[in-house]
Amino acid sequence: MNSKTLLYIVKRIGLAILTVWVVITITFFVMRAVPGGPFMGEKAISPAAQAALEAKYGLDRPLSEQYFTYLKDILTRFDFGPSLKQRGRSVTEIIADGMKTSVKLGVVAAFSALAAGVVLGAVAALRRNSVLDRAVMVITTAFVSMPSFIMGSLLLVLFAVRLRVLPANGTTGAGLILPIITLALYPMAYITRLTRSSMLDVLGQDYIRTARAKGVSGMKIIFGHALKNALIPVITYFGPMLAYIVTGSLVVERIFSVPGIGRAFVQSITNRDYPMVMGTTIVLACLIVVMNLVSDILYKVVDPRINLE
Amino acid sequence: MKNMSLHIDVDAFLPATDAEKAYMVQMRPSSTFFKDGVKRLVKNKVALTSFVVIVLITLSSIFIPMFWPYAYDSMLGVTPGRPVDSSYNNLAPFAYGRTEQKRIQDGAAVFPHIFGTDSSGRDYFIRVVYGTRISLAVGFFASIIVLVIGMTIGSIAGYCGGKVDLIIMRIVDIIYSLPDMLMVILLASVLKISLTPIIDGTVFARIGSNIISLFIVFGVLYWVSMSRLIRGQILSLREQEYVLASRAAGAGGRWIITKHLLPNCISVVIISTALQIPSAIFTESYLSFLGLGVNAPMPSLGSLASDALNGITSYPYRLVIPAVVISLIVLSLNLFGDGLRDAFDPKLRT
Repeated sequence: MNSKTLLYIVKRIGLAILTVWVVITITFFVMRAVPGGPFMGEKAISPAAQAALEAKYGLDRPLSEQYFTYLKDILTRFDFGPSLKQRGRSVTEIIADGMKTSVKLGVVAAFSALAAGVVLGAVAALRRNSVLDRAVMVITTAFVSMPSFIMGSLLLVLFAVRLRVLPANGTTGAGLILPIITLALYPMAYITRLTRSSMLDVLGQDYIRTARAKGVSGMKIIFGHALKNALIPVITYFGPMLAYIVTGSLVVERIFSVPGIGRAFVQSITNRDYPMVMGTTIVLACLIVVMNLVSDILYKVVDPRINLE
Repeated sequence: MKNMSLHIDVDAFLPATDAEKAYMVQMRPSSTFFKDGVKRLVKNKVALTSFVVIVLITLSSIFIPMFWPYAYDSMLGVTPGRPVDSSYNNLAPFAYGRTEQKRIQDGAAVFPHIFGTDSSGRDYFIRVVYGTRISLAVGFFASIIVLVIGMTIGSIAGYCGGKVDLIIMRIVDIIYSLPDMLMVILLASVLKISLTPIIDGTVFARIGSNIISLFIVFGVLYWVSMSRLIRGQILSLREQEYVLASRAAGAGGRWIITKHLLPNCISVVIISTALQIPSAIFTESYLSFLGLGVNAPMPSLGSLASDALNGITSYPYRLVIPAVVISLIVLSLNLFGDGLRDAFDPKLRT
């Protein structure tokens, strides 16, 4: 690792920290800009009760003080304050609770997308212009053009309503199969296309011809030379894939009623549970920012020739 | 051996006859950049088919509501002064409500409900058509907003360079690294509430606070990639050899801008705007699905799909119809955008 790479990593980490701070700040001030504040709900409450509530949640203090308290609580204690709608539970608790299911869902979806995408993409590239290749390209184009909520709803109609082979409710283990498939299809299609094009690119390189000329076996060329290099661009997709899975899980968990963080987030938006909306936004945003950071650095370390800026 | 002699052929210096002049003129009309691109685009069958699909969908979404006998928001079972006729709710495709059946028995012609009606007794076909219109309009205008803001800021950064460029690009970097969807959801959910009292009573109230907040969100967040693109284009085009050659041949600034910089920039702008539309439609339908899209009773394809989820076991076609329409629109716009890129991007020209 040379000094240029190191400088890039330091710069990249700086940008990530800045981004997280911007997210927290935007979230805080945007939420405070809502007219009437969080307690202006459907039911009218007396001014005395309103004042008491605001004092309890610290909303009567100056905005700058609220901001620094909020920032300090997040950074030192990972504390996002209490939930306004689910009495007696802190936002951190609810998020941690939802994460248990969502992380399982996301990780399985990501790994199955990766495995299936790489295999399909590599096979399509090796059998270029065959029927299989064309079929893979047509199907992946269709998947890439389909929003996740439509994919999820169609899978729900087909497998849970018509065929009745899988449960529509995502609270059980078997119920997670459909949400995982829904989340995995788009990244899988994307990875397939990415692998295929970079594999085709690599297969045309001189070193592959050299290896062939030396008499290296076909399998060894594919796995040892071609695939290893063709997978480098796939690393850059890790960050966007996670972002897709996070935003996708919001709708997928709603469709299949999975008790995860996405469903909690959507519910908190409809309920106007402000601390919950802020907390979830910040946690998910940090997750995406960190994953983007990791995939960028990994990309740079794996292939130092690449000039990212 | 006439040519070998040093004797000058006087005939060669005679004025040319009209026939000789006509022979020298190249009769092929000059082809412009645009004509070249269109020629290539027409050859691309996939892009052409997608274009036809888009035009058909757009035209039908504009013209069908004009003559369709039902309105998107009229509940057919509700007549003023009478109890609600619930026989109109949740009609199957091509089924009729109670009073309509009576009219048919009396020999009157009743326009069929091709896709049936929804749970409030509204004709579903016209809702899908109207929803398509809303989704397309949102996608189109959001892309125009992105285009205008991105192009302005990008060209300022590209032309000015120096400190202005540096500051703009750092801001772009930060906005670019924000998780866009989460910010969109956050802004949309807040703007939805804060905009309602502001726009109340104005023209904007008819469009609805949600769509306006969607436009604001697009204007705030999505201009960054467009401005990056434009800035990069202008920076690299300014340094191109043909610009230098043109300048050396005595071309003025105006000639260089109109003949070299703009045509090369425009192709990139058109392509990325064309590809921005499906992504805006995508975002709108996603937000509508989360309940942050258009205001009821106005339909959009996303909100129709979202509403259909409640009756999924009994009326799955109500979900499938908007789902198919939205996928068709996004797919054909994407394929058409790809075709445009192949046809108009000079770098890919062979």
